[in-house]
Amino acid sequence: MENTYLGLVLAPLAGAIIAGLFGKQVGRAGAHWVTILGVGISFILSVLVFKHHVFDGGATYNETVYTWMVSDGITFQIGFLVDQLTALMICVVTFVSLMVHIYTIGYMHDDPGYQRFFSYIALFTFSMLMLVMSNNFMQLFFGWEAVGLVSYLLIGFWFKKDTAIYANLKAFLVNRVGDFGFLLGIAAVLMYFGSLNYADVFALAPSLKDSTVEVFPGTEWSLMTMVCILLFIGAMGKSAQVPLHVWLPDSMEGPTPISALIHAATMVTAGVFMVARMSPLYEYSETALGFVMVIGAITAFFMGLVGIVQNDIKRVVAYSTLSQLGYMMVAAGASAYAAAIFHLMTHAFFKALLFLAAGSVIIAMHHKQDIREMGGLKKYMPITYWTSLFGSLALIGFPGTSGFFSKDAIIEAVHASSVPGADIAYWAVLLGVFITALYSFRMFFLVFHGKERMDHHTKEHLHETPWVVTGPLMLLAIPSLIIGYLTVESVLFGDYFKDAIFVLPEHNVLAKIGENYTSEIGFVLHGMMAPPFWLAMGGLFTAWFIYMKKPEIADNIKNNMQWIYKLLDKKYFADEFNEAFFAGGSRGIGRLLWRNGDIRIIDGLMVNGSANSIGWLSSVVRHVQTGYLYHYAFVMIVGLMLLLGWHLF
Amino acid sequence: MLTEIPFLSLAIWFPIIGGLIVLATGDDGNAPRTRIVSLIVSVVTFLLTIPLYTLFDITTPAMQFVERSASPWIEAFNIYYHVGIDGFAMPLILLTSFSTVLIVIAGWEVIQKRVAQYMAAFLIMEGFVIGVFSALDAMLFYVFWEGMLIPMFLIIGIWGGPNRVYASIKFFLYTFLGSVLMLVALIYMYLQSGSFGILDFHALKLGSFEQTLIFLAFLTAFAVKVPMWPVHTWLPDAHVEAPTGGSVILAAIMLKVGGYGFLRFSLPITPDASHSLDWLMIGLSLIAIVYIGFVALVQQDMKKLIAYSSISHMGFVTLGFFIAFSIYDRTGSMSGAAMGIEGGMVQMVSHGFISGALFLCVGVLYDRMHSRQISDYGGVANTMPKFAAFAVLFAMANSGLPGTSGFVGEFMVILSSFKANFWYAFAGATILILGAAYTLWMVKRVFYGEVANDNVKALKDLNGREYLIMFVLAITVLFFGLYPNPLLEVMHPTVDNLLQHISQSKL
Repeated sequence: MENTYLGLVLAPLAGAIIAGLFGKQVGRAGAHWVTILGVGISFILSVLVFKHHVFDGGATYNETVYTWMVSDGITFQIGFLVDQLTALMICVVTFVSLMVHIYTIGYMHDDPGYQRFFSYIALFTFSMLMLVMSNNFMQLFFGWEAVGLVSYLLIGFWFKKDTAIYANLKAFLVNRVGDFGFLLGIAAVLMYFGSLNYADVFALAPSLKDSTVEVFPGTEWSLMTMVCILLFIGAMGKSAQVPLHVWLPDSMEGPTPISALIHAATMVTAGVFMVARMSPLYEYSETALGFVMVIGAITAFFMGLVGIVQNDIKRVVAYSTLSQLGYMMVAAGASAYAAAIFHLMTHAFFKALLFLAAGSVIIAMHHKQDIREMGGLKKYMPITYWTSLFGSLALIGFPGTSGFFSKDAIIEAVHASSVPGADIAYWAVLLGVFITALYSFRMFFLVFHGKERMDHHTKEHLHETPWVVTGPLMLLAIPSLIIGYLTVESVLFGDYFKDAIFVLPEHNVLAKIGENYTSEIGFVLHGMMAPPFWLAMGGLFTAWFIYMKKPEIADNIKNNMQWIYKLLDKKYFADEFNEAFFAGGSRGIGRLLWRNGDIRIIDGLMVNGSANSIGWLSSVVRHVQTGYLYHYAFVMIVGLMLLLGWHLF
Repeated sequence: MLTEIPFLSLAIWFPIIGGLIVLATGDDGNAPRTRIVSLIVSVVTFLLTIPLYTLFDITTPAMQFVERSASPWIEAFNIYYHVGIDGFAMPLILLTSFSTVLIVIAGWEVIQKRVAQYMAAFLIMEGFVIGVFSALDAMLFYVFWEGMLIPMFLIIGIWGGPNRVYASIKFFLYTFLGSVLMLVALIYMYLQSGSFGILDFHALKLGSFEQTLIFLAFLTAFAVKVPMWPVHTWLPDAHVEAPTGGSVILAAIMLKVGGYGFLRFSLPITPDASHSLDWLMIGLSLIAIVYIGFVALVQQDMKKLIAYSSISHMGFVTLGFFIAFSIYDRTGSMSGAAMGIEGGMVQMVSHGFISGALFLCVGVLYDRMHSRQISDYGGVANTMPKFAAFAVLFAMANSGLPGTSGFVGEFMVILSSFKANFWYAFAGATILILGAAYTLWMVKRVFYGEVANDNVKALKDLNGREYLIMFVLAITVLFFGLYPNPLLEVMHPTVDNLLQHISQSKL
C-alpha cells in the first residue's frame, strides 16, 4: 500500500511544482491540466484507499516514510497513519479540491496569475493530505503550518489590493497565536509521553489520566486538561473559533475558489479533525471537553448572528462557515466525534457548493459582491439557482438533505451530553438553527428573487456561467443532498470509525441516541417533529416575510434597534479591539523598548556614556602634560621630596 | 591515505595565502582577473572542507583531523600549533567555507573600488574563522580570534556606509574589550595547568570562585559576539553600515564564534559556574528573544530589522546551550538536554543561511535603489516577481516555518526548554508570533501593494548571478528543513560527551 499513499500525496505536489516553477513553459492550459491530473490521481487513489479500508476491511496502516531526525534518543518521523477517519478525510479533501480545480479554469480565466494560482491550490492539497495522513504530532504541525502558508499566499493572491495583503498578514498572525499554544501542547506531549507518535501517545494516555502538573507554583492541574487545551488553542486558530475567529471573514479577500476549498471545506476544519484524532486524549479531560464545547457554542451562536447583517455575498457565507465550525466543535466537545466529522463532511460539500455558487453569481455580476445590488437572478442563472437552493436547504438542515442528518445528530448529542457547559451549548445550537435559516434565506431571496436591483450595464450581460463553473456545482449538489442519507447509519450509529475514534462509555452520547434509531426514514420522520425543524422553517419563513413580502420591516428593525445593529455590523468590535490593543500595543512596546532601552539606556548611558567618561577623564589627565619643562621639573622635585619624606619618617 | 592529508591546515592557510596573493597582485585595473582568482580560492577552500564532512567519523566524540606540531610554536609558554575538530566545529567550518563562496559571488560587480582588498579581506577572514573553529591551543585560538577582527574592521570601515567610522570603532571596541578579559582567563589557566591546550583546560580542576570569575570573563567575550542582550547594540550599527558581503559574514559566521565559544570553553571548563549561573544565561536569552522581538517590530530600516531579528534568533542558541542544568535540576537526569544543545547548534547553522539570505536580499534592493528604508519601497513583487518569490521563502524561513531550516532549531529548543520549565518554553515560543509579525509585516510593506513610486517601477528582476545565489540558498534552507538528520548525526557523540562531562562537578 505504501506506494499508493506516496502517490496520493506526491501527485498534487508534482503538479504544484510543475505549474509553479515551469508555468511559463507549460502555459495556462498546461498548468491546469497538470494540476488537475495530479489531484485527479490523488482522488482516484483516495477512493481506492477508502474502498480498501472500509469495504475490504483493510487493516490500519501506520508506517514511517523516512526519519526526519533523531535527537536525544527520540526519533522524529514523517509517516502515514491511514484508518477510517483518514480515508474519509482524504476523499473529502481530494474531491472538493478536484471540483475547485475545474471550477478555477472558469473563475480565474482572465487572471494573469493563472499558473501561480493552480500551483498554490495543488500545493494546498498536498499540505492538507500530509496533515490528515500524519501519524505523529510533528508532521501534523508541518501540515498545519503548511496549509497556513498556502492560505497566506492565496488570501494575498491579488497582492496589489491593500485589503488583501492586510487580510493575509492578519490571517497568518492570528493563526500563529493559535500555533503558539499548539506548539506548547506538542512540547507537553513529548515531555510527558516521551514520544510524538500517535500510537505511542494514545497507548500511554489511560495510564497518565490522573497525572497532574504544576504550571503556576502551588497549583495542580490535570495533565490531560493542560495538553488538550494547549492543543485546542491551535484548533481555535485554524478553525477560527472565538476569539481567534477574526481572520476568517477577512480571508474572503482571496479569490472565491480558495474561499470554498480552504476557508470553508477543508483547512478550517483541520481543528475539528485534530480534536477527533486526539479523542483518546480529550476523553480523559472533561474540563477540556467542556472548554471545547463552550467555545464552539459561542462561535456557533454569535457568529451566526453577525451573518444576518452582512451585505457582501461572500461574507454571509463566511460567517455561516464560522457558525458551522462552532457546531462541529460543540459536537466534538460532547464526545460525539463521529457527528463532528460527519458534519465536517456534509458541510464540506454544501459549503463548497454555496461558495462556488456565490462565485458563479460574482462572475455574472462582474465582480460585484453586494447582495443589495442583486435580485431576480433566478431566471438568468437557473443552474446556479437550483444548486444554491439545494446547498441552502442542506445548510439549514431541511429533512432528508445531508445537513439535516449531521446537524440533528449534533443537537441531539449535545442534549444528551453531561459534559460541563452542555446545557448552554444546547440552547446555542438550537437557536442557531433559526439564525442559520434566517441568514441563509435572506441571502438566497435577495440574490435570486425579488426586484432586479443591479445597474443597467450589468443586467444586459447577465447569463449563466460556463460549464467548468456549473459542472462542479452540480457535482457538489449531489452529495449535498444525498450523502447524509447514504452514510448516516454506518458513520453515526454503526461502527464505521472502529478504533479510529475513542469514546469512553460514560461519554458515548451517540450510542444513547442510537438506541432510538430505526432507519434513515425514521430519522427523517422524527426530525420533522422535533424543534430544530420548526425553528429552521421559522427562520426560512421570517426571511421570506421580511425581505420579500415587507422589505420595510428590515429597515424598521434596523432603526429601532440601532445599538444591536451596530454591534453586529461592527462584529462585536473585535477587529477594532485587536488592532488597538494587540497590534498597537506591540508596536508601542517595541518603540518603548527601542527608544528607551536600546538607544537611551544601553547606547546612551552605558556605551557612549563610558566612552564619554573616558574622554572626560583623559581631558582632565591631559592637563598634566603641559609641555612646559618647569612644570615637569617642579613635579619631579615634589615627587623626590615625597619619596624621601616617606623613607625618612 | 586520504586521512593523512592535513585538510584542516589547508583549509586555514589556503584562503589566507590566497588572499595575500590576491592583495599583492590585484588592483582596480585588473578587477575581472582578481574576482576570478578570488572565486577560485574560495571554491577550492570549500572543496578542501568537504572531506572534513565525508571522512568525519560520526561514532566518536574525540577530536578528529588532529594536527599538532612536534615542537612548541612558542617554547617559552608551551604554545603549540594544535588543531582538530569535533561535531561542533565541523558544521561551522563548512558553513564558513560555503558562505564565503557566496559572498565572493555576491560582491562580483557590486564592488568596483579596491576590489582586490575587498576580496582579500574576506578570504583572509575565512582562514582566521576556520582557525578559530579548529584551534585546540588556547593561544592559537586567541590569535585567530583577534585576527578575525581586523579584516572585519576594515570591511566596515572602508566599504561601509556614511556612518561607517562610528560603526566600525564601536564594533572594534565592543568586541575587543570583551576578549581582553578572556585573555586574562586563559593566562590564569595556563599558570594553573602549565599548558595552553584547550583539552587540558577541560580537565583542569577549578574552585567555585575561580570558575565563576573565568565564566564571567568568557561570558563577556562570547556574549558580545553572539550578541546577547544587553551588549548587542553594536550589531545593528555594524550591519547597517557594512556592505552586503560584510553583513552576510557578520550574520552567518561572526556571531557563531560566540556560540561556539560557550560550547568549547564555558561549559566544559567551568561546568559548576555554568550550573550556578544558568539563570543568568536563560534570563538573558529569553530577554533577547522577547525584548528584541518587539524592538524589531518597529524598525524602519530593513537591515536594522534583520539585525534585530538575528539577535532574537540567536537567543535560542544560548537558551538551548544552557537549558541542560535546569532540566537536570528538575528531572534528575540530563535526558532532554541534548536536544537543547543540538537545537542551538542547528539554529546557528540555519541562521547562517537564512539571515545571510535576507541580507543578500536587502543587498539586491540596495544595489538598485540605494535605500534601506522600508518606506521607500512598496509593490516590489510587481516588478521583481522572481526575487519576491525567493524573499518570501526566506522570510517564511525566518518566521520559523516548518519545512525550512529555521523551524528545526527553534522547535528543538522549545521542546527541550519545556522540560526545564513551562514558562521558558512559553517565552521562547513567542517568537512564533513576533518573528512572523516583524518579518511578514516588512514583506508586506516592501513587496506587496501597488508599485509605490517610479524607482520601484524601474526595478529589474534578478540577474543570473543573483539568481544563482538565491537558488543555492533556497535549496539549502529547504533541504535542512525537510531532512535535518545529516546535520544532527555528526554531533550526537560530541553532545553526549559534553553532557557527560558537565554533569560531573569539578569541585
